[in-house]
Amino acid sequence: MTGGVGLIHYLVVAALLFTMGVLGIFLNRKNIIVILMAIELILLAVNINLVAFSAALQDLVGQVFAMFVLTVAAGESAIGLAIIVIFFRGRGSISVDDPSRMKG
Amino acid sequence: MDYAANLAMTLPELVLALGAIALMLVAAWGGPAATRAVSWTAVVVLAGACIALTGPASSGGSAFYGMYRADAFAAFAKVLIYAAAAVSIIMAPDFFKRTAGDNLRPEYPVLILLSACGMGIMVSASDLLMLYVGLELQSLAAYVLASFMRQDTRSAEAGLKYFVLGALASGILLYGISLVYGFTGSTLFDEVAGAYAAAPLTGNGKAIGLLFGLVFVFAGLAFKMSAVPFHMWTPDVYEGAPTPVTGFFASAPKVAAMALGVRVAVEAMGPAHDQWRQIVIFAALASILLGAVAAIGQQNIKRLLAYSSINNVGFALIGLAAGTPEGVASVMTYMAIYIVMTLGSFLVVLQMRDEDGQPVETIASLAGLSRSRPGLAAALAMFMFSLAGIPPLFGFYAKFAVFYAAVEAGLFPLAVVGIAMSVIGAYYYLRIVKTMYFDEPAAPYGRGDAVEGGLIAVAAVIISPLGYLLIPALTAWTLAAANSLF
Repeated sequence: MTGGVGLIHYLVVAALLFTMGVLGIFLNRKNIIVILMAIELILLAVNINLVAFSAALQDLVGQVFAMFVLTVAAGESAIGLAIIVIFFRGRGSISVDDPSRMKG
Repeated sequence: MDYAANLAMTLPELVLALGAIALMLVAAWGGPAATRAVSWTAVVVLAGACIALTGPASSGGSAFYGMYRADAFAAFAKVLIYAAAAVSIIMAPDFFKRTAGDNLRPEYPVLILLSACGMGIMVSASDLLMLYVGLELQSLAAYVLASFMRQDTRSAEAGLKYFVLGALASGILLYGISLVYGFTGSTLFDEVAGAYAAAPLTGNGKAIGLLFGLVFVFAGLAFKMSAVPFHMWTPDVYEGAPTPVTGFFASAPKVAAMALGVRVAVEAMGPAHDQWRQIVIFAALASILLGAVAAIGQQNIKRLLAYSSINNVGFALIGLAAGTPEGVASVMTYMAIYIVMTLGSFLVVLQMRDEDGQPVETIASLAGLSRSRPGLAAALAMFMFSLAGIPPLFGFYAKFAVFYAAVEAGLFPLAVVGIAMSVIGAYYYLRIVKTMYFDEPAAPYGRGDAVEGGLIAVAAVIISPLGYLLIPALTAWTLAAANSLF
Protein backbone atom coordinates (compact mmCIF):
# COMPACT_ATOMS: atom_id res chain seq x y z
CA MET A 1 0.00 0.00 0.00
CA THR A 2 2.37 2.73 -1.19
CA GLY A 3 0.86 6.18 -1.64
CA GLY A 4 -2.81 5.19 -1.43
CA VAL A 5 -5.17 5.56 1.50
CA GLY A 6 -5.27 2.20 3.30
CA LEU A 7 -7.14 0.62 6.17
CA ILE A 8 -4.59 1.88 8.68
CA HIS A 9 -5.29 5.51 7.77
CA TYR A 10 -8.98 5.09 8.41
CA LEU A 11 -8.28 3.40 11.73
CA VAL A 12 -6.02 6.24 12.83
CA VAL A 13 -8.61 8.86 11.92
CA ALA A 14 -11.28 6.91 13.79
CA ALA A 15 -9.05 6.50 16.85
CA LEU A 16 -8.34 10.26 16.85
CA LEU A 17 -12.04 11.11 16.54
CA PHE A 18 -12.89 8.66 19.32
CA THR A 19 -10.28 10.18 21.63
CA MET A 20 -11.53 13.69 20.84
CA GLY A 21 -15.07 12.60 21.64
CA VAL A 22 -14.12 11.11 25.01
CA LEU A 23 -11.99 14.14 25.90
CA GLY A 24 -14.85 16.39 24.80
CA ILE A 25 -17.08 14.81 27.44
CA PHE A 26 -14.58 15.06 30.28
CA LEU A 27 -12.73 18.29 29.53
CA ASN A 28 -15.77 20.30 28.44
CA ARG A 29 -16.55 22.91 31.10
CA LYS A 30 -19.28 24.92 29.40
CA ASN A 31 -22.35 23.45 27.87
CA ILE A 32 -24.26 20.17 27.81
CA ILE A 33 -24.99 20.53 24.09
CA VAL A 34 -21.25 20.18 23.51
CA ILE A 35 -21.42 16.83 25.31
CA LEU A 36 -24.11 15.67 22.86
CA MET A 37 -21.83 16.66 20.01
CA ALA A 38 -18.94 14.74 21.60
CA ILE A 39 -21.15 11.63 21.85
CA GLU A 40 -21.98 11.94 18.15
CA LEU A 41 -18.27 12.21 17.43
CA ILE A 42 -17.65 8.91 19.24
CA LEU A 43 -20.39 7.16 17.28
CA LEU A 44 -19.08 8.55 13.98
CA ALA A 45 -15.60 7.29 14.84
CA VAL A 46 -17.10 3.84 15.34
CA ASN A 47 -18.87 4.11 11.98
CA ILE A 48 -15.64 4.97 10.18
CA ASN A 49 -14.05 1.92 11.79
CA LEU A 50 -16.93 -0.35 10.81
CA VAL A 51 -17.09 0.81 7.20
CA ALA A 52 -13.31 0.69 6.79
CA PHE A 53 -13.16 -2.86 8.14
CA SER A 54 -16.14 -3.80 6.01
CA ALA A 55 -14.35 -2.63 2.88
CA ALA A 56 -11.07 -4.27 3.88
CA LEU A 57 -12.73 -7.59 4.71
CA GLN A 58 -15.00 -7.54 1.63
CA ASP A 59 -17.89 -8.26 4.02
CA LEU A 60 -21.16 -6.32 4.14
CA VAL A 61 -21.95 -6.86 7.84
CA GLY A 62 -19.90 -3.84 8.90
CA GLN A 63 -21.89 -1.50 6.68
CA VAL A 64 -25.19 -2.90 7.90
CA PHE A 65 -23.93 -2.39 11.45
CA ALA A 66 -23.07 1.22 10.62
CA MET A 67 -26.66 1.79 9.47
CA PHE A 68 -27.95 0.45 12.78
CA VAL A 69 -25.55 2.69 14.69
CA LEU A 70 -26.76 5.73 12.74
CA THR A 71 -30.40 4.91 13.45
CA VAL A 72 -29.89 4.30 17.15
CA ALA A 73 -27.78 7.47 17.40
CA ALA A 74 -30.71 9.47 16.04
CA GLY A 75 -33.02 8.05 18.70
CA GLU A 76 -30.40 8.64 21.36
CA SER A 77 -30.03 12.31 20.40
CA ALA A 78 -33.80 12.80 20.51
CA ILE A 79 -33.99 11.40 24.03
CA GLY A 80 -30.91 13.35 25.12
CA LEU A 81 -32.39 16.63 23.88
CA ALA A 82 -35.70 15.87 25.60
CA ILE A 83 -33.91 15.28 28.91
CA ILE A 84 -31.94 18.52 28.44
CA VAL A 85 -35.22 20.40 27.92
CA ILE A 86 -36.70 19.21 31.25
CA PHE A 87 -33.35 19.83 32.93
CA PHE A 88 -33.40 23.41 31.62
CA ARG A 89 -37.01 23.95 32.73
CA GLY A 90 -36.10 22.87 36.24
CA ARG A 91 -33.17 25.19 36.81
CA GLY A 92 -32.99 27.67 33.93
CA SER A 93 -29.50 26.75 32.77
CA ILE A 94 -27.71 23.93 30.97
CA SER A 95 -24.25 24.86 32.13
CA VAL A 96 -21.98 21.99 33.19
CA ASP A 97 -20.62 24.13 36.04
CA ASP A 98 -24.02 24.54 37.66
CA PRO A 99 -23.58 22.80 40.99
CA SER A 100 -25.02 19.34 41.36
CA ARG A 101 -28.09 18.76 43.55
CA MET A 102 -26.59 15.53 44.82
CA LYS A 103 -23.41 14.94 46.74
CA GLY A 104 -21.36 12.03 48.01
CA MET B 1 -35.57 -23.63 9.25
CA ASP B 2 -38.59 -21.64 8.22
CA TYR B 3 -39.49 -18.18 9.38
CA ALA B 4 -42.32 -19.27 11.70
CA ALA B 5 -39.99 -21.55 13.67
CA ASN B 6 -37.55 -18.66 14.07
CA LEU B 7 -40.28 -16.33 15.25
CA ALA B 8 -41.55 -18.92 17.73
CA MET B 9 -38.20 -18.79 19.51
CA THR B 10 -38.48 -15.03 19.94
CA LEU B 11 -42.06 -15.28 21.25
CA PRO B 12 -41.38 -13.60 24.64
CA GLU B 13 -39.91 -10.55 22.91
CA LEU B 14 -42.79 -10.46 20.44
CA VAL B 15 -45.33 -10.58 23.28
CA LEU B 16 -43.55 -7.74 25.09
CA ALA B 17 -43.03 -5.56 22.03
CA LEU B 18 -46.60 -5.92 20.72
CA GLY B 19 -48.01 -5.56 24.24
CA ALA B 20 -46.00 -2.38 24.78
CA ILE B 21 -47.21 -0.90 21.47
CA ALA B 22 -50.85 -1.72 22.21
CA LEU B 23 -50.59 -0.31 25.74
CA MET B 24 -48.93 2.80 24.37
CA LEU B 25 -52.05 3.44 22.30
CA VAL B 26 -54.28 2.86 25.34
CA ALA B 27 -52.06 5.25 27.32
CA ALA B 28 -52.29 7.90 24.60
CA TRP B 29 -56.09 7.77 24.56
CA GLY B 30 -56.76 7.12 28.23
CA GLY B 31 -54.33 9.63 29.73
CA PRO B 32 -53.34 9.57 33.42
CA ALA B 33 -56.74 8.10 34.39
CA ALA B 34 -55.81 4.85 32.62
CA THR B 35 -52.56 4.39 34.56
CA ARG B 36 -53.68 1.66 36.94
CA ALA B 37 -55.40 -0.33 34.19
CA VAL B 38 -52.32 -0.04 31.97
CA SER B 39 -50.07 -1.04 34.88
CA TRP B 40 -51.96 -4.22 35.68
CA THR B 41 -52.27 -5.10 31.98
CA ALA B 42 -48.50 -4.65 31.68
CA VAL B 43 -48.02 -7.13 34.55
CA VAL B 44 -50.28 -9.56 32.67
CA VAL B 45 -48.19 -9.04 29.52
CA LEU B 46 -45.03 -9.86 31.51
CA ALA B 47 -46.72 -13.00 32.84
CA GLY B 48 -47.66 -13.87 29.24
CA ALA B 49 -44.02 -13.46 28.20
CA CYS B 50 -43.06 -15.82 31.04
CA ILE B 51 -45.56 -18.39 29.77
CA ALA B 52 -44.20 -17.94 26.24
CA LEU B 53 -40.83 -19.03 27.63
CA THR B 54 -42.09 -22.57 28.15
CA GLY B 55 -42.21 -23.23 24.39
CA PRO B 56 -39.33 -23.25 21.90
CA ALA B 57 -38.15 -19.95 23.41
CA SER B 58 -36.33 -21.84 26.17
CA SER B 59 -34.99 -24.80 24.24
CA GLY B 60 -35.11 -24.03 20.53
CA GLY B 61 -31.40 -23.33 20.08
CA SER B 62 -30.14 -20.98 17.41
CA ALA B 63 -32.48 -18.75 15.43
CA PHE B 64 -32.13 -16.17 12.66
CA TYR B 65 -28.88 -17.53 11.19
CA GLY B 66 -27.19 -17.76 14.58
CA MET B 67 -27.91 -14.19 15.69
CA TYR B 68 -30.37 -15.14 18.43
CA ARG B 69 -30.16 -17.99 20.91
CA ALA B 70 -33.14 -19.48 22.72
CA ASP B 71 -31.55 -21.63 25.42
CA ALA B 72 -31.99 -22.44 29.12
CA PHE B 73 -29.53 -19.73 30.14
CA ALA B 74 -31.52 -17.00 28.39
CA ALA B 75 -34.78 -18.42 29.76
CA PHE B 76 -33.53 -18.35 33.36
CA ALA B 77 -32.29 -14.77 33.04
CA LYS B 78 -35.57 -13.74 31.41
CA VAL B 79 -37.65 -15.17 34.24
CA LEU B 80 -35.64 -13.05 36.71
CA ILE B 81 -35.92 -9.97 34.49
CA TYR B 82 -39.67 -10.29 33.97
CA ALA B 83 -40.31 -10.87 37.67
CA ALA B 84 -38.26 -7.82 38.66
CA ALA B 85 -39.98 -5.70 36.00
CA ALA B 86 -43.42 -6.79 37.23
CA VAL B 87 -42.58 -5.85 40.83
CA SER B 88 -41.25 -2.48 39.63
CA ILE B 89 -44.55 -1.83 37.87
CA ILE B 90 -46.70 -2.91 40.82
CA MET B 91 -44.88 -0.72 43.33
CA ALA B 92 -45.03 2.44 41.22
CA PRO B 93 -48.60 3.84 41.01
CA ASP B 94 -49.04 4.64 44.73
CA PHE B 95 -45.64 6.31 44.86
CA PHE B 96 -46.23 8.49 41.80
CA LYS B 97 -49.73 9.35 42.99
CA ARG B 98 -48.41 10.75 46.27
CA THR B 99 -45.45 12.76 44.91
CA ALA B 100 -45.73 16.51 44.48
CA GLY B 101 -47.22 17.31 41.08
CA ASP B 102 -48.91 13.91 40.71
CA ASN B 103 -46.62 12.03 38.34
CA LEU B 104 -49.02 9.14 37.84
CA ARG B 105 -48.61 8.58 34.11
CA PRO B 106 -49.42 5.49 32.00
CA GLU B 107 -46.12 5.74 30.07
CA TYR B 108 -44.25 4.27 33.04
CA PRO B 109 -45.36 0.61 32.61
CA VAL B 110 -44.98 0.91 28.83
CA LEU B 111 -41.36 2.05 29.19
CA ILE B 112 -40.66 -0.79 31.63
CA LEU B 113 -42.09 -3.28 29.10
CA LEU B 114 -39.88 -1.88 26.32
CA SER B 115 -36.87 -2.00 28.60
CA ALA B 116 -37.67 -5.62 29.55
CA CYS B 117 -37.97 -6.47 25.85
CA GLY B 118 -34.50 -4.97 25.27
CA MET B 119 -33.11 -6.98 28.16
CA GLY B 120 -34.61 -10.17 26.71
CA ILE B 121 -32.80 -9.46 23.45
CA MET B 122 -29.57 -8.78 25.38
CA VAL B 123 -29.56 -12.11 27.20
CA SER B 124 -30.48 -14.02 24.01
CA ALA B 125 -28.06 -12.23 21.70
CA SER B 126 -25.44 -14.37 20.05
CA ASP B 127 -24.31 -11.70 17.62
CA LEU B 128 -22.63 -8.37 18.36
CA LEU B 129 -25.31 -6.50 16.40
CA MET B 130 -28.13 -8.07 18.40
CA LEU B 131 -26.19 -7.32 21.59
CA TYR B 132 -25.98 -3.65 20.65
CA VAL B 133 -29.61 -3.29 19.59
CA GLY B 134 -30.89 -5.00 22.76
CA LEU B 135 -28.64 -2.93 24.98
CA GLU B 136 -29.77 0.31 23.39
CA LEU B 137 -33.46 -0.58 23.60
CA GLN B 138 -32.99 -1.24 27.30
CA SER B 139 -30.89 1.89 27.87
CA LEU B 140 -33.01 4.37 25.93
CA ALA B 141 -36.10 3.38 27.90
CA ALA B 142 -34.07 3.58 31.13
CA TYR B 143 -32.86 7.14 30.41
CA VAL B 144 -36.46 8.30 30.15
CA LEU B 145 -37.46 6.40 33.30
CA ALA B 146 -34.66 8.03 35.33
CA SER B 147 -35.99 11.51 34.52
CA PHE B 148 -39.62 10.47 34.88
CA MET B 149 -40.53 13.03 37.59
CA ARG B 150 -40.27 16.06 35.37
CA GLN B 151 -40.75 18.75 38.00
CA ASP B 152 -38.09 17.29 40.30
CA THR B 153 -34.67 18.76 39.45
CA ARG B 154 -32.92 15.77 41.03
CA SER B 155 -34.77 13.39 38.71
CA ALA B 156 -33.85 15.46 35.66
CA GLU B 157 -30.24 15.58 36.79
CA ALA B 158 -30.22 11.81 37.32
CA GLY B 159 -31.62 11.30 33.82
CA LEU B 160 -29.05 13.62 32.30
CA LYS B 161 -26.10 12.00 34.07
CA TYR B 162 -27.34 8.52 33.20
CA PHE B 163 -27.82 9.55 29.58
CA VAL B 164 -24.39 11.15 29.11
CA LEU B 165 -22.43 8.38 30.82
CA GLY B 166 -24.63 5.66 29.31
CA ALA B 167 -24.06 7.03 25.82
CA LEU B 168 -20.33 7.18 26.52
CA ALA B 169 -20.40 3.53 27.63
CA SER B 170 -22.32 2.54 24.49
CA GLY B 171 -19.67 4.37 22.46
CA ILE B 172 -16.85 2.51 24.21
CA LEU B 173 -18.66 -0.81 23.74
CA LEU B 174 -19.27 -0.05 20.05
CA TYR B 175 -15.66 0.88 19.48
CA GLY B 176 -14.70 -2.46 20.98
CA ILE B 177 -17.26 -4.22 18.79
CA SER B 178 -15.86 -2.52 15.67
CA LEU B 179 -12.35 -3.72 16.57
CA VAL B 180 -13.56 -7.25 17.31
CA TYR B 181 -15.41 -7.29 13.99
CA GLY B 182 -12.41 -5.95 12.10
CA PHE B 183 -9.88 -8.36 13.56
CA THR B 184 -12.07 -11.48 13.60
CA GLY B 185 -14.04 -10.80 10.42
CA SER B 186 -17.43 -11.62 11.91
CA THR B 187 -19.97 -10.43 14.45
CA LEU B 188 -21.38 -13.89 15.24
CA PHE B 189 -20.28 -15.11 18.67
CA ASP B 190 -19.35 -18.56 17.34
CA GLU B 191 -17.11 -17.19 14.61
CA VAL B 192 -15.60 -14.59 16.94
CA ALA B 193 -14.72 -17.42 19.35
CA GLY B 194 -13.18 -19.35 16.47
CA ALA B 195 -11.02 -16.36 15.54
CA TYR B 196 -9.90 -15.87 19.15
CA ALA B 197 -9.01 -19.56 19.34
CA ALA B 198 -7.06 -19.49 16.07
CA ALA B 199 -4.99 -16.35 16.66
CA PRO B 200 -2.06 -16.30 19.08
CA LEU B 201 -3.01 -13.70 21.68
CA THR B 202 0.48 -12.37 22.25
CA GLY B 203 3.04 -10.61 20.14
CA ASN B 204 1.80 -9.64 16.71
CA GLY B 205 -0.33 -6.72 15.54
CA LYS B 206 -3.50 -8.76 15.12
CA ALA B 207 -3.26 -9.91 18.74
CA ILE B 208 -3.15 -6.30 19.91
CA GLY B 209 -6.28 -5.50 17.91
CA LEU B 210 -8.12 -8.52 19.33
CA LEU B 211 -7.13 -7.65 22.89
CA PHE B 212 -8.09 -3.98 22.50
CA GLY B 213 -11.47 -5.07 21.23
CA LEU B 214 -11.91 -7.39 24.20
CA VAL B 215 -10.92 -4.69 26.70
CA PHE B 216 -13.27 -2.09 25.18
CA VAL B 217 -16.19 -4.54 25.08
CA PHE B 218 -15.68 -5.49 28.72
CA ALA B 219 -15.36 -1.82 29.71
CA GLY B 220 -18.72 -1.08 28.10
CA LEU B 221 -20.35 -4.06 29.79
CA ALA B 222 -18.80 -3.15 33.17
CA PHE B 223 -20.53 0.21 32.91
CA LYS B 224 -23.89 -1.41 32.33
CA MET B 225 -23.49 -3.69 35.36
CA SER B 226 -21.96 -0.74 37.32
CA ALA B 227 -18.74 -2.52 38.21
CA VAL B 228 -15.76 -0.45 39.37
CA PRO B 229 -14.07 1.47 37.66
CA PHE B 230 -17.20 2.29 35.62
CA HIS B 231 -19.54 2.76 38.57
CA MET B 232 -19.39 6.55 38.97
CA TRP B 233 -22.90 7.16 37.60
CA THR B 234 -24.59 4.73 40.00
CA PRO B 235 -24.93 6.71 43.27
CA ASP B 236 -26.19 9.88 41.60
CA VAL B 237 -28.65 8.09 39.34
CA TYR B 238 -29.95 5.86 42.13
CA GLU B 239 -30.45 8.83 44.44
CA GLY B 240 -32.07 11.14 41.90
CA ALA B 241 -34.34 8.70 40.08
CA PRO B 242 -37.83 8.04 41.51
CA THR B 243 -37.67 5.17 44.04
CA PRO B 244 -39.62 2.55 41.98
CA VAL B 245 -37.31 3.32 39.03
CA THR B 246 -34.26 2.95 41.28
CA GLY B 247 -35.58 -0.42 42.43
CA PHE B 248 -35.95 -1.39 38.78
CA PHE B 249 -32.40 -0.21 37.89
CA ALA B 250 -30.95 -2.15 40.80
CA SER B 251 -32.62 -5.42 39.76
CA ALA B 252 -33.58 -6.25 36.16
CA PRO B 253 -30.91 -4.39 34.14
CA LYS B 254 -28.22 -5.78 36.47
CA VAL B 255 -29.35 -9.34 35.75
CA ALA B 256 -29.45 -8.59 32.03
CA ALA B 257 -26.01 -6.96 31.98
CA MET B 258 -24.51 -9.76 34.06
CA ALA B 259 -26.07 -12.47 31.87
CA LEU B 260 -24.88 -10.65 28.75
CA GLY B 261 -21.39 -10.34 30.22
CA VAL B 262 -21.34 -14.06 31.00
CA ARG B 263 -22.49 -14.98 27.51
CA VAL B 264 -19.95 -12.71 25.81
CA ALA B 265 -17.17 -13.97 28.06
CA VAL B 266 -18.00 -17.66 27.62
CA GLU B 267 -19.43 -17.89 24.10
CA ALA B 268 -17.69 -15.15 22.15
CA MET B 269 -14.41 -14.83 24.01
CA GLY B 270 -14.10 -18.19 25.72
CA PRO B 271 -10.73 -18.96 24.08
CA ALA B 272 -9.36 -15.67 25.49
CA HIS B 273 -10.22 -16.86 28.99
CA ASP B 274 -6.86 -15.95 30.53
CA GLN B 275 -7.11 -12.43 29.16
CA TRP B 276 -10.60 -11.52 30.34
CA ARG B 277 -10.16 -13.28 33.66
CA GLN B 278 -7.66 -10.59 34.73
CA ILE B 279 -10.19 -7.87 33.92
CA VAL B 280 -13.01 -9.65 35.73
CA ILE B 281 -10.91 -10.34 38.85
CA PHE B 282 -9.83 -6.70 39.04
CA ALA B 283 -13.40 -5.43 38.54
CA ALA B 284 -14.70 -7.90 41.15
CA LEU B 285 -12.25 -6.99 43.90
CA ALA B 286 -12.39 -3.25 43.16
CA SER B 287 -16.21 -3.33 43.20
CA ILE B 288 -16.38 -5.19 46.49
CA LEU B 289 -13.87 -2.87 48.15
CA LEU B 290 -15.27 0.41 46.83
CA GLY B 291 -18.87 -0.64 47.37
CA ALA B 292 -18.06 -1.44 51.00
CA VAL B 293 -15.85 1.52 51.87
CA ALA B 294 -17.74 4.30 50.07
CA ALA B 295 -21.07 3.22 51.58
CA ILE B 296 -19.91 3.81 55.13
CA GLY B 297 -20.36 7.58 55.20
CA GLN B 298 -23.68 7.75 53.33
CA GLN B 299 -26.71 9.50 54.86
CA ASN B 300 -29.19 8.73 52.07
CA ILE B 301 -30.64 5.21 52.01
CA LYS B 302 -30.94 5.11 48.20
CA ARG B 303 -27.32 6.15 47.84
CA LEU B 304 -26.32 3.49 50.33
CA LEU B 305 -28.23 0.85 48.37
CA ALA B 306 -26.44 2.07 45.22
CA TYR B 307 -23.08 1.28 46.81
CA SER B 308 -24.55 -1.98 48.06
CA SER B 309 -25.45 -2.90 44.47
CA ILE B 310 -21.88 -2.10 43.32
CA ASN B 311 -20.61 -4.32 46.13
CA ASN B 312 -22.91 -7.20 45.15
CA VAL B 313 -21.96 -7.02 41.47
CA GLY B 314 -18.39 -7.55 42.62
CA PHE B 315 -19.36 -10.80 44.38
CA ALA B 316 -21.28 -12.03 41.34
CA LEU B 317 -18.23 -11.33 39.14
CA ILE B 318 -16.15 -13.67 41.32
CA GLY B 319 -18.30 -16.52 39.98
CA LEU B 320 -17.62 -15.37 36.42
CA ALA B 321 -13.88 -15.21 37.13
CA ALA B 322 -13.99 -18.94 37.89
CA GLY B 323 -15.11 -19.41 34.29
CA THR B 324 -16.42 -22.96 34.85
CA PRO B 325 -20.05 -24.14 34.37
CA GLU B 326 -20.34 -24.19 38.18
CA GLY B 327 -19.03 -20.61 38.26
CA VAL B 328 -21.61 -19.44 35.74
CA ALA B 329 -24.34 -21.29 37.66
CA SER B 330 -23.23 -19.53 40.85
CA VAL B 331 -23.45 -16.14 39.09
CA MET B 332 -27.05 -16.84 38.13
CA THR B 333 -27.85 -18.13 41.64
CA TYR B 334 -26.34 -14.97 43.07
CA MET B 335 -28.36 -12.71 40.80
CA ALA B 336 -31.59 -14.60 41.58
CA ILE B 337 -31.15 -14.17 45.33
CA TYR B 338 -29.78 -10.64 44.92
CA ILE B 339 -32.84 -9.28 43.12
CA VAL B 340 -35.13 -10.59 45.88
CA MET B 341 -33.05 -8.86 48.57
CA THR B 342 -32.72 -5.64 46.58
CA LEU B 343 -36.36 -5.36 45.53
CA GLY B 344 -37.35 -6.08 49.14
CA SER B 345 -35.08 -3.28 50.36
CA PHE B 346 -36.49 -0.81 47.86
CA LEU B 347 -40.05 -1.79 48.76
CA VAL B 348 -39.18 -0.87 52.35
CA VAL B 349 -37.65 2.43 51.15
CA LEU B 350 -40.98 3.13 49.42
CA GLN B 351 -42.69 2.87 52.81
CA MET B 352 -40.42 5.60 54.20
CA ARG B 353 -42.57 8.72 53.97
CA ASP B 354 -43.88 11.43 56.27
CA GLU B 355 -47.49 11.97 57.34
CA ASP B 356 -48.25 13.88 54.10
CA GLY B 357 -46.97 11.00 51.99
CA GLN B 358 -43.80 12.76 50.81
CA PRO B 359 -40.82 10.40 50.55
CA VAL B 360 -38.13 10.54 53.27
CA GLU B 361 -34.73 9.16 52.31
CA THR B 362 -32.38 9.78 55.23
CA ILE B 363 -31.04 6.84 57.21
CA ALA B 364 -31.51 8.89 60.40
CA SER B 365 -35.29 8.82 59.87
CA LEU B 366 -35.18 5.03 60.36
CA ALA B 367 -34.31 5.53 64.04
CA GLY B 368 -36.65 3.68 66.37
CA LEU B 369 -38.53 2.01 63.53
CA SER B 370 -38.58 -1.20 65.58
CA ARG B 371 -41.00 0.48 68.00
CA SER B 372 -43.29 2.32 65.54
CA ARG B 373 -43.38 -0.34 62.77
CA PRO B 374 -41.94 -3.61 64.14
CA GLY B 375 -42.86 -5.68 61.08
CA LEU B 376 -41.24 -3.26 58.63
CA ALA B 377 -38.15 -2.98 60.81
CA ALA B 378 -37.83 -6.77 61.04
CA ALA B 379 -38.16 -7.11 57.25
CA LEU B 380 -35.51 -4.44 56.55
CA ALA B 381 -33.22 -5.98 59.17
CA MET B 382 -33.56 -9.33 57.39
CA PHE B 383 -32.75 -7.79 54.00
CA MET B 384 -29.70 -6.05 55.46
CA PHE B 385 -28.41 -9.18 57.23
CA SER B 386 -29.02 -11.12 54.04
CA LEU B 387 -27.19 -8.57 51.86
CA ALA B 388 -24.30 -8.76 54.32
CA GLY B 389 -24.30 -12.55 53.85
CA ILE B 390 -24.92 -13.53 57.46
CA PRO B 391 -25.59 -17.29 57.71
CA PRO B 392 -29.14 -18.18 58.62
CA LEU B 393 -30.44 -16.02 55.76
CA PHE B 394 -30.51 -16.87 52.06
CA GLY B 395 -27.98 -14.18 51.09
CA PHE B 396 -25.34 -16.35 52.73
CA TYR B 397 -25.97 -19.16 50.26
CA ALA B 398 -25.49 -16.73 47.34
CA LYS B 399 -22.04 -15.74 48.59
CA PHE B 400 -21.23 -19.36 49.50
CA ALA B 401 -22.01 -20.46 45.92
CA VAL B 402 -19.71 -17.93 44.23
CA PHE B 403 -16.83 -18.49 46.66
CA TYR B 404 -17.22 -22.26 46.37
CA ALA B 405 -17.01 -21.97 42.57
CA ALA B 406 -13.92 -19.75 42.86
CA VAL B 407 -12.19 -22.23 45.21
CA GLU B 408 -13.10 -25.17 42.95
CA ALA B 409 -11.48 -23.30 40.05
CA GLY B 410 -8.31 -22.85 42.12
CA LEU B 411 -8.71 -19.14 42.72
CA PHE B 412 -7.84 -19.30 46.43
CA PRO B 413 -6.38 -15.77 46.79
CA LEU B 414 -9.46 -14.26 45.13
CA ALA B 415 -11.81 -16.11 47.48
CA VAL B 416 -9.80 -15.22 50.59
CA VAL B 417 -9.57 -11.51 49.71
CA GLY B 418 -13.25 -11.43 48.74
CA ILE B 419 -14.39 -12.96 52.02
CA ALA B 420 -12.17 -10.59 54.02
CA MET B 421 -13.63 -7.59 52.21
CA SER B 422 -17.20 -8.79 52.71
CA VAL B 423 -16.60 -8.23 56.43
CA ILE B 424 -16.04 -4.52 55.74
CA GLY B 425 -19.34 -4.47 53.87
CA ALA B 426 -21.19 -5.96 56.84
CA TYR B 427 -20.42 -2.83 58.85
CA TYR B 428 -22.75 -0.46 57.02
CA TYR B 429 -25.57 -2.99 56.71
CA LEU B 430 -25.43 -3.52 60.47
CA ARG B 431 -25.40 0.25 61.03
CA ILE B 432 -28.91 0.41 59.57
CA VAL B 433 -30.08 -2.39 61.85
CA LYS B 434 -28.53 -0.57 64.82
CA THR B 435 -30.30 2.68 63.83
CA MET B 436 -33.65 0.93 63.66
CA TYR B 437 -33.35 -1.03 66.89
CA PHE B 438 -31.19 0.98 69.29
CA ASP B 439 -31.49 4.69 68.40
CA GLU B 440 -33.96 7.15 69.93
CA PRO B 441 -37.16 7.15 67.81
CA ALA B 442 -37.46 9.75 65.05
CA ALA B 443 -40.79 11.01 63.65
CA PRO B 444 -42.88 7.95 62.68
CA TYR B 445 -43.73 7.25 59.05
CA GLY B 446 -47.16 7.56 57.48
CA ARG B 447 -49.39 4.54 56.93
CA GLY B 448 -48.06 1.71 54.73
CA ASP B 449 -49.52 0.21 51.53
CA ALA B 450 -51.24 -3.18 51.46
CA VAL B 451 -49.89 -4.52 48.13
CA GLU B 452 -46.34 -3.38 48.84
CA GLY B 453 -46.58 -4.83 52.35
CA GLY B 454 -47.55 -8.19 50.86
CA LEU B 455 -44.59 -8.08 48.44
CA ILE B 456 -42.23 -7.25 51.32
CA ALA B 457 -43.58 -10.26 53.22
CA VAL B 458 -43.05 -12.55 50.20
CA ALA B 459 -39.47 -11.29 49.74
CA ALA B 460 -38.79 -11.73 53.46
CA VAL B 461 -40.05 -15.33 53.39
CA ILE B 462 -37.84 -16.17 50.38
CA ILE B 463 -34.83 -14.61 52.13
CA SER B 464 -35.56 -16.39 55.43
CA PRO B 465 -34.06 -19.83 56.17
CA LEU B 466 -37.17 -21.25 54.44
CA GLY B 467 -35.48 -20.15 51.22
CA TYR B 468 -33.00 -23.01 51.63
CA LEU B 469 -35.79 -25.33 50.54
CA LEU B 470 -35.40 -23.76 47.09
CA ILE B 471 -31.74 -24.73 46.78
CA PRO B 472 -32.18 -28.11 44.99
CA ALA B 473 -34.48 -26.58 42.37
CA LEU B 474 -32.29 -23.48 42.02
CA THR B 475 -29.12 -25.54 41.67
CA ALA B 476 -30.61 -27.82 39.03
CA TRP B 477 -32.02 -24.90 37.08
CA THR B 478 -28.87 -22.73 37.15
CA LEU B 479 -26.64 -25.69 36.25
CA ALA B 480 -28.86 -26.51 33.29
CA ALA B 481 -28.69 -22.84 32.30
CA ALA B 482 -24.90 -22.73 32.64
CA ASN B 483 -24.36 -25.99 30.76
CA SER B 484 -26.31 -24.63 27.79
CA LEU B 485 -23.47 -22.09 27.33
CA PHE B 486 -20.54 -24.51 27.32
